[in-house]
Amino acid sequence: MIGSLLRREWQILRRAKGAVINPMAFLFLSATLFAIAAPALVIQQTSQGASAAGILWTLVLLTQLLALDGMYRRDFDSGLLEQLLVTAQVPFVAVLSRIFMQWLSTGFIIVLASPLLAVLLGLSVETLPATAVALLLGTPTLSLLGSIGASVTVGFNRGGVILALLVLPLFLPTLIFGADLVEAAQAGRDFMPQAYVLGLISLGALALAPFATLAGLKISLEMQ
Amino acid sequence: MLAALKRLWHKLGSPRWFFALTSFWVSLLGWAALLFLLVGAVWGLAFAPADYQQGNSFRIMYVHVPAAMLAQSLYIGMGVAGFIGLVWRMKLTDVFIAASLPLGMVVTALALFSGSVWGRPTWGSWWEWDGRTVSTLVLFFLYVGIYALREAIADMQLRARASALLAMVGTVNIPIIKYSVEWWNTLHQPASFGLTQKPAMPSEMWLPLLVMVLGFYALAGFVVLTRMRAEILHREGSARWVGEWIAGRRAI
Repeated sequence: MIGSLLRREWQILRRAKGAVINPMAFLFLSATLFAIAAPALVIQQTSQGASAAGILWTLVLLTQLLALDGMYRRDFDSGLLEQLLVTAQVPFVAVLSRIFMQWLSTGFIIVLASPLLAVLLGLSVETLPATAVALLLGTPTLSLLGSIGASVTVGFNRGGVILALLVLPLFLPTLIFGADLVEAAQAGRDFMPQAYVLGLISLGALALAPFATLAGLKISLEMQ
Repeated sequence: MLAALKRLWHKLGSPRWFFALTSFWVSLLGWAALLFLLVGAVWGLAFAPADYQQGNSFRIMYVHVPAAMLAQSLYIGMGVAGFIGLVWRMKLTDVFIAASLPLGMVVTALALFSGSVWGRPTWGSWWEWDGRTVSTLVLFFLYVGIYALREAIADMQLRARASALLAMVGTVNIPIIKYSVEWWNTLHQPASFGLTQKPAMPSEMWLPLLVMVLGFYALAGFVVLTRMRAEILHREGSARWVGEWIAGRRAI
């Protein structure tokens, strides 16, 4: 069952390429905006490490937020979500595979694109592996916790702002440790402690978020 | 003992029983709040000795600390109520969330404001991005999130379940957010009050603070119960006992 679910998600992903391309375009566009609006933060070589790491992570958070809004929308509108939750032997797995695909289409792509983004924002080449590690460990949390917010707001006409209000505060620990990891790597310090914490937060979210998402989806389905 | 607790638990499912029970508690908590707040404010503001470093400005503590404690307690209370409401489908828990949400927002705003006023003479600026300040600000945003969600859902039962879920998720995240933000940056003095250690100030200073904390909690109990009773009357408006209660009030 897991295989067929994942295959279906993969097919959707392949056919709706916009779901992958648009958030990435947004990410790079907003990085450009930052470089234009605040050249002192990005281009000049002064205190770049700290601010570049922070800007990178903030933009990743916002990109994820943008992608989350449509996470359950199509399946919700077509009624497929309801069918899936009713027929799946383990609804938990159905939700988890959806979250995994959401991560694959945004978080993972961000990890792949991170060297380019990091260089654009003025991080040193030595920092690139650490940046990728930080994103690899941190972005699953964003998909998992974001899924809770998306599940509750999917029934709203304009759920975007409420979604942001609900999930951005929850992203805070990931933002703090992610940015600090990149900053530590840039300064040549040991970044393993931050990596452990990021992984720990992701594992905690993995344990709890699918259940909360399931409860949220059930509420939203009754709202229809 | 266990049987009695179980009976109480089942009775709590009935808004009518809760309403009858709390008419005594509301007045008790109201008077206790008045007494504690009056004694604590006069004692703390007029009689407690001035701080050797901060002078008289430390007296803002008598508002700031109770407000900050209450802000967290109310949110955690909402999370616990949300859990009970989702598991046992109890009507009263949503009444509690609806009643304590606005109070929690106001108290969190008060903690932020009083902290800002205290920060001006002590740290030299109205706003510092200090760890504990930020975690209180995030707490405020968590309140706002639930408030916005409640505004957006029209159906009462679904609103109750959605806000219960979010209150639970927020409560699980509060300690993680709190410790990561404090680890991130802290300038703040450590908490004045803890359950486990002795306060780091003389008793003439912390006794009035204790009285103020008790006063704030009594006031919160009074406000929440009063709002819960009003909400129960509103929701159970068509029930017979509400009509009888109102007729009884009119007769007096």
